[in-house]
Amino acid sequence: MSFYELWISFSTIVIKEVRRFLRIWVQTLIPPIITMTLYFVIFGNLIGRRVGEMGGFDYVAYIVPGLIMMSVITNSYSNVVSSFYSAKFQNQIEEVLVSPTPNFLILVGYIVGGVARGLIVGFIVTLVSLFFTDLHISHVGIMISVVVLTSVLFALAGFLNAIYAKNFDDISIIPNFVLTPLTYLGGVFYSIDLLPEFWRNVSLINPILYMVNAFRFGVLGVSDIDVGVAFGVIMLFILAFFVLGMYLLKNSKGLRS
Amino acid sequence: MTKALVIRDLTKVYAGGVEALKGINLDVEQGDFFGLLGPNGAGKSTTLSIITSLVNKTSGTVEVFGYDIDTHFSQAKKHLGVVPQEFNFSQFEKVFDIVVTQGGYYGIPLALAKQRAEHYLKKIGLWDKRHTQARMLSGGMKRRLMIARALVHEPNVLILDEPTAGVDIELRRSMWEFLREINAQGVTIILTTHYLEEAESLCRNIAIIDKGKIIQDSNTRALLRQLNMETFIFDVVNELTLAPEISGYASRLIDSHCFEVMVVKNQGLNPIFESLSAQGIQVSSMRNKANRLEELFVSLVEQGRMT
Repeated sequence: MSFYELWISFSTIVIKEVRRFLRIWVQTLIPPIITMTLYFVIFGNLIGRRVGEMGGFDYVAYIVPGLIMMSVITNSYSNVVSSFYSAKFQNQIEEVLVSPTPNFLILVGYIVGGVARGLIVGFIVTLVSLFFTDLHISHVGIMISVVVLTSVLFALAGFLNAIYAKNFDDISIIPNFVLTPLTYLGGVFYSIDLLPEFWRNVSLINPILYMVNAFRFGVLGVSDIDVGVAFGVIMLFILAFFVLGMYLLKNSKGLRS
Repeated sequence: MTKALVIRDLTKVYAGGVEALKGINLDVEQGDFFGLLGPNGAGKSTTLSIITSLVNKTSGTVEVFGYDIDTHFSQAKKHLGVVPQEFNFSQFEKVFDIVVTQGGYYGIPLALAKQRAEHYLKKIGLWDKRHTQARMLSGGMKRRLMIARALVHEPNVLILDEPTAGVDIELRRSMWEFLREINAQGVTIILTTHYLEEAESLCRNIAIIDKGKIIQDSNTRALLRQLNMETFIFDVVNELTLAPEISGYASRLIDSHCFEVMVVKNQGLNPIFESLSAQGIQVSSMRNKANRLEELFVSLVEQGRMT
């Protein structure tokens, strides 16, 4: 395929994906806004006033970056896992598998669809947070690059989950039993400096901690961990997941027996 | 001239050890109307799925218009249009969008994809349904939608896996006409079907596959010439209690107004009519007991299994 044809093919996948989640916006865009608003009201305003400052900021300001990341992570992941699994379940994925579209474009197309939803939800949650606190962005470049890369990473993770999933239960196990606990324990609501040394060290094996802190550094300028290390962790996971995704697109028994 | 499809030593062993294809070889000429026949589980769909890259082969090579599906993936696929056995489109998308989106996957600009979608949806009688969600279509309409979708990038080879399964006779006949028309325009057609009447009527060349092996690959007429015996059914005006005796032919009474006669190759039908006239039996109609290809198909598959 020529570069122009590849572009058409790629944009077809992306437009289809974006249209899908916009068509069902009540299911995809509204729930995270309501959930995050409740977090801001309960943890930020009601409980946060009693907590006082954390990392030199009001508690509500401290948790804003973590909550934005939480919504980006869950939405990037769930968009790809539900869309790709549904396409696989209905055999609709064959439409693109029989076409000349190369595997890497199929993968990147679905990832961009997931990133689009993650970033749109993240942007809306950011706007909602402005009703509760003032945000003065500390490092714009770091903030944008961390949120985009994290979104890519979890869109890829959703893609892998969709390929391995054999039924609809399988696409909710990882979000419920892995993603949510890791996100809650990933420094969204607290600084790991508050933890005893043992638990602080345990927290360091949670990759989400690195993403939340790097993003918090971009927004507030404070972080529990080194931002360079955080970028390294994110890039390492992206690379590993991308390679695995490409391998599975070619060889997975769930796609091409 | 480059062949539309060349398959060499193709094997497929599924996980669990099931050997679906045992080294098949197949050649399909450009412009051919080719039928791949076989009983359930013979390896027809596996073969088509390997050609369309939905199943990974174990070994062997497949070339489409001279392009190897492994080394020239994109060029090979551009030549192929696929109509699968199962419905494989989003049930919630509109008919027009399904066809246009498929064009996009082949790198066709949006304006051209829309133009072609209109052309093929009109051609196949679905233009009035273009704004309807696919789930609202009847089974026959869904099959036609898959044909329009497969043609949007104007492939040189159209692969149809049991395209008329579950389709009523009238619609089946109109689909045959449509397939003949696009074949006449130069599109090579490869189809699998369980309706042997369909294969006999449409296909110029036929391969029969059983248990992962090609047991016959020949011109349809040459294949039919192998048929040693046909059975004809006679409906008669007279009331019969026994099957009429016809010298040189075996006959069997079916009911009081109907009997069947086995006719060996080159025996001819005239002696039967002469004998019946002499016995004062008036024939009201006559037909083949089964489709000719069906008789041959059953006999070849049985022979293949005995050897």
